[in-house]
Amino acid sequence: MLKLQDVCYSAMGKQILKDINLTFSDEIIVITGANGAGKSTLAKIIMGILKPTSGKIFYNDQDITDFSITERAKMGIAFAFQQPVKFKGLKVLDILRLSSSEKGKSLSTYLSDVGLCAKEYLTRELSGELSGGELKRIEIASVLARKCPITIFDEPEAGIDLWSFSNLVQTFKNFQNQVKGTMILISHQEKMIEIADTIIVMKEGKVEKVGKNHEILPTLSIKSCKGCGGNR
Amino acid sequence: MKQDELLNIVTDNAVFGGAYNIRVNGKLFDRKTNENVDIVSKEGASGIDIFIKDGTVGQTIGIPVVLTSGDIQEVVLNDFHIGKNCDVTIIAGCGIDNCSSCTSQHDGVHTFYVGQNSKVKYIERHYGHGEGSGQKVMNPETVINMEKDSKMEMITTQLEGVDSTVRKTTAHLADGANLVITEKVLTTGEQKATSIFDVDLDGKNSKAKLSSRVVAKDNSYQDFYSDVKGNNDCYAHIECDAIIVNNAKVGSTPKIVANHPDASLVHEATIGKIAGEQLLKLLSLGLDEKEAEDAIIQGFLK
Repeated sequence: MLKLQDVCYSAMGKQILKDINLTFSDEIIVITGANGAGKSTLAKIIMGILKPTSGKIFYNDQDITDFSITERAKMGIAFAFQQPVKFKGLKVLDILRLSSSEKGKSLSTYLSDVGLCAKEYLTRELSGELSGGELKRIEIASVLARKCPITIFDEPEAGIDLWSFSNLVQTFKNFQNQVKGTMILISHQEKMIEIADTIIVMKEGKVEKVGKNHEILPTLSIKSCKGCGGNR
Repeated sequence: MKQDELLNIVTDNAVFGGAYNIRVNGKLFDRKTNENVDIVSKEGASGIDIFIKDGTVGQTIGIPVVLTSGDIQEVVLNDFHIGKNCDVTIIAGCGIDNCSSCTSQHDGVHTFYVGQNSKVKYIERHYGHGEGSGQKVMNPETVINMEKDSKMEMITTQLEGVDSTVRKTTAHLADGANLVITEKVLTTGEQKATSIFDVDLDGKNSKAKLSSRVVAKDNSYQDFYSDVKGNNDCYAHIECDAIIVNNAKVGSTPKIVANHPDASLVHEATIGKIAGEQLLKLLSLGLDEKEAEDAIIQGFLK
């Protein structure tokens, strides 16, 4: 179980997160809210990419606030970046091998999970020769391959076409059924929010609402929420 | 390091299905020819002439050089006469194991005459080893003459351990000729490497793609010079990417000259440290900083 206690984060004189108190169980949690609400900052703080200005982070009752990214990754926290990273020289197969101890055919299935043909993509370089959407799907595949108990996806829908997006939602459901861990999705998309067990709504660096899907979803006015990108 | 071990590194454990000429410590060690590939020692100079008959297809020809003792300085001239309609792979390269306090140096000038409609893959690897204070110096020079509609792919790699190198490549391309050069160089410590490319696209529809990926670590220094001239309706793309680690320095001096209104020439250069987001991504997969840096550099130079 992951727990954030009184977490605050400031940068360049601006408070970005204020007194965040959250407990994450083994379920699908969607964190939503307008642009600039602090969702991605919160995700980066969980992964250790950013250090909280104050507050504590606990994983299975262990204080991991000062743990490095590597230490958290080894403990079983995985993170899919919103902007996929390009690597000259590293191939898709290389990044999957770095992500997972599985071999060969097993690694290929993570690519098919995100709608890519392994035969076509495994030997491709993770560079500008791939489109933004392809890189994004490979980023997601590299995180799925880790099969971690805590998995964070920062706006997984960004750059993914509509057809692939529907399949991606199903992929997340399947992954959760298999791993049964804590899956945190940062998303504005209605279809993504719909698969949440718990929904967290953030506003101006604070948790505005948190509750079960059936409690929160009816209260969300996605259609009228600027910045949520809803299409209801 | 044993001679066989050095040879295996330089040739990447390749098996020569065709002919070969192995040079060890300044002398011919072993040679094999066949009905399609003849190898003849030059008279009055160190080196060989390699004659590949018209229509030779599928052969891998090896011409590695190793120096396993200090105080050897040699200049070797190797000329490749490749006939028409060939499709061959040539594996060269040089390995120096120098445990002495004297300099070991190999300067190899490889001149290619690539016949009409022929296809050549040329792989060259350089490697230095040895704890002695003696320098390990290699100065490879490649001269490429490409006839009409010929293709050549040159993959040249400096693996590690070379204290000083000047790598010079010149090329002349006739109509429809297509040249692809991929260079990868690693320098560490106080090593110095200079790469010079001088390419003339003389023929109509000739194409050249030159890609240099280098990593300079510690206090090493690398310089890249390219001078590409479009003398006809042609296309060239030059790309220089460099990663610097610690206090290393890298310079890139591109020159592209369009001497014809239909010449299209592109140059790109990127020099910098390992990108922060690349490190973060690999750290998030559980690698520590050293492992992440090594994975990025190995991938970059692979």
